[in-house]
Amino acid sequence: MAVTDTPQGHEKPKVKLLNDPKFRSIIFQGLLILILAWLVWSMIDNAATNLQKAGIASGFGFLSTASGFGLNFSPFIEYTSSSSFLQVYWVGLQNTLVLAVIGVIFATLIGFIMGVARLSNNWVISKIAYWYVEVMRNIPLLLQIFIWYKGVLATLPTSKNSIDLGLFGFLNTKGLFAPQFIFGEGSGLMGWALLLAIVITFVLNGWAKKRQMATGERFPVFWTGLGLIIGLPLLAYLIMGQPVSTEYPTQGNFGPRGGMRVIPEFIALILALSLYTAAFIAEIVRAGILAVNRGQTEASYALGLRPGQTLRLNIIPQALRVIIPPLTSQYLNLTKNSSLAVAIAYPDLTAVFAGTALNQTGQAVEIIGMTMLTYLAISLVTSLFMNWYNAKNSLVER
Amino acid sequence: MADIDSQTSMNRAETGALNIAYVRSELAPAMAPPINESGVLGWMRKNLFSNIPNTILTLFALYILYLIIPGMIQWVFTDAVWSGEDRLACATIAQGGQLADGWNAACWPYVGAYFKLFIYGRYPDAELWRVNIVLIMFFVGLVPLLMPNLPFKRENLVFMLLIFPVASFVLLSGGNLNLNGFLLPDALMAPSEFKFWVDFLILTLIICGGVGAYMKATDTDPKPAVIITAITMGVIALILFVMSVDFGLEPVETDRWGGFVMTLVIAVTGIVAALPLGILLALGRRSDMPAVSLFSVIFIEFWRGVPLITVLFMSSVMLPLFLPDGVTFDKLLRALIGVALFSSAYMAEVVRGGLQALPKGQYEGAMAVGLNYWQSMRLIIMPQALKIVIPGIVNTFIGLFKDTTLVSIIGLLDFLGMINLSHSDSNWATPVQAMTSYVFCAFIFFLFCFGMSRYSIYMEDRLNTSHR
Repeated sequence: MAVTDTPQGHEKPKVKLLNDPKFRSIIFQGLLILILAWLVWSMIDNAATNLQKAGIASGFGFLSTASGFGLNFSPFIEYTSSSSFLQVYWVGLQNTLVLAVIGVIFATLIGFIMGVARLSNNWVISKIAYWYVEVMRNIPLLLQIFIWYKGVLATLPTSKNSIDLGLFGFLNTKGLFAPQFIFGEGSGLMGWALLLAIVITFVLNGWAKKRQMATGERFPVFWTGLGLIIGLPLLAYLIMGQPVSTEYPTQGNFGPRGGMRVIPEFIALILALSLYTAAFIAEIVRAGILAVNRGQTEASYALGLRPGQTLRLNIIPQALRVIIPPLTSQYLNLTKNSSLAVAIAYPDLTAVFAGTALNQTGQAVEIIGMTMLTYLAISLVTSLFMNWYNAKNSLVER
Repeated sequence: MADIDSQTSMNRAETGALNIAYVRSELAPAMAPPINESGVLGWMRKNLFSNIPNTILTLFALYILYLIIPGMIQWVFTDAVWSGEDRLACATIAQGGQLADGWNAACWPYVGAYFKLFIYGRYPDAELWRVNIVLIMFFVGLVPLLMPNLPFKRENLVFMLLIFPVASFVLLSGGNLNLNGFLLPDALMAPSEFKFWVDFLILTLIICGGVGAYMKATDTDPKPAVIITAITMGVIALILFVMSVDFGLEPVETDRWGGFVMTLVIAVTGIVAALPLGILLALGRRSDMPAVSLFSVIFIEFWRGVPLITVLFMSSVMLPLFLPDGVTFDKLLRALIGVALFSSAYMAEVVRGGLQALPKGQYEGAMAVGLNYWQSMRLIIMPQALKIVIPGIVNTFIGLFKDTTLVSIIGLLDFLGMINLSHSDSNWATPVQAMTSYVFCAFIFFLFCFGMSRYSIYMEDRLNTSHR
């Protein structure tokens, strides 16, 4: 081609500098950066003068001072009113994560059940699932939290007349008094045994897959894994002389005694968060199962697979590819929504750190910044994991 | 075999001619299908009792419904109290009333007594007609906009995005905005409304001059661009003028706004402000300029990564710190800024979905006919992309509408905030008070959100023109 033969001798067309897209884009970006820098600088400047006027010292020095207030819920971290504000932050984060993890477990269970029920051939079942989804996702979450907390749990009997739930303990306005496991000496070994069982199962899974690829023989990984995960800790339990015991609460004259008290705020939040999120998960599960072509089922039957095998080996792996990404974002939503705990004073990160600690210290910029960055970090880590998972599992076409 | 065949064919030939009494000459009338294959029974057999597990499931589900439905109907309708003056109407004997002990059902007279507060908040009684006009304008403007078959979509959109917001601002707040200049130093001219207009004129001249000079420098005819700029500035001036004119309306401070009207104000303002911001961010995220796309990505991912309640805390606690001395925003405006920024990030992702769904040929076609970037966006890309994402926008709005309840946590008296406030009234304090008001609130929210989601599904079906 004649034109490409002489790149050296070809003169650039004469364009005014302002009409050159490259130059324009540099100018435009420069302007944007300048405006942003000016905005940020003026905000920092204003904040500095405003803080000086209010007599608030900025910086993170406040984190090491004693908080001076107590918290009614901290399952794993030691906390007293003489603990530092940094400790308040950790307790808040812990309570948020506890809420999120338990909420996610329940939401997933209910969501999968409802999603499958929605596709049921049984008319009543599918209609119940349909109305469950529509009612739950069209009522604001905050309202649902209030309904459970003030509408339902607050009208329970007083602690003198607790409701006896049998194996699950007692229920009254003060919360759920559940049986508690007491881990005696040597129960640490059980934890290690559990960890070992999980690791072995993973290794076994990899080996079984490789062997199946090579020889076509299948290995019952699921049952072996289940046996290991239950068996090894049980073995440790027996070896160490049964170190774990349960303490059941008993109804005294002034209410239940003993056991583990689950505060009503926590119950209300778990109920509201998991029921609300489950409605969204149900729709995701339904869409995922519907996304698998009917021909896949027919092809499996044609190959001679039984219905159970078809579901396990063909339908579920393909549906999961569609389900997992939106499911993760629902988990993320649940974690972010757990910040609504502040409305009913469950001591999560937002309530104790961005609420109580902020009121005590007045360090608005630092505290709100730390809180937002924490949530942001949780989100980013999850989406990074998601991207990795997607890249690993995406369909490789030709 | 062959023998029998020939015999039957012979018989048939004979019957046609002979008309034997025991052989039909006409077809028998078609019988109804078996009763357990059609009608209600057949349907139930097929959908409810097709096999044993299915039957067990059906019975189990019916049992659950039996546990829930009658109780709910009793609570809401049959056992509920429908009239009364104060808490005694809804109190059991043990609580000082005359209802049987153990009674537990809705107390509707309490909702009736608080109905006005739940809907309008503490807006002055004498001025409620203003709120009603705004509500009527809103629904009258919105309904034809939502019906795809009606004409005058452009005029309707101008009404909803330009005239309606200005009119509702004037009606709800009373207008009479205090303008006192922003450009010239105070020493040159004392702050007054007149100074504002002088400032505005100077600003308009500067901007028009700048646009003209830029156009000239790039060898383009400056006239149309300058005219468009001047018209835009004129419209802005008109809006500001209408907002600042004294119509003789009683000013109503935003701390007297509340109830369901405030919920609507926050949600609608949030979505209207989020749409243009979201479009800009979505374009920015797809831009070739690294600084622009990086900024858009950081902005979008930041707001999407944090919970709305922390955003509201930030706007109510941190925003005042960032403003220069003497500038104060009221509580509602601060919440509105937070909500608008937050939802603009979600809107940006929705719009980006629409942009990505367009085939590449549309972009190339726009370039091929010689349109520049903004022209091709305005005339080719956006009209198609926005149409695709109407369901997504409606879904974002549903989410935002539900999320507006969060402003009650930072002390604004929206619908839910008003309801929680009403619980402190000892005049109606009964154990069923909270549940009654929440059920009422849930019903209203369900009505609106369910209606909107139906609309979104309807639009999705309508827009789904793919051949499947």
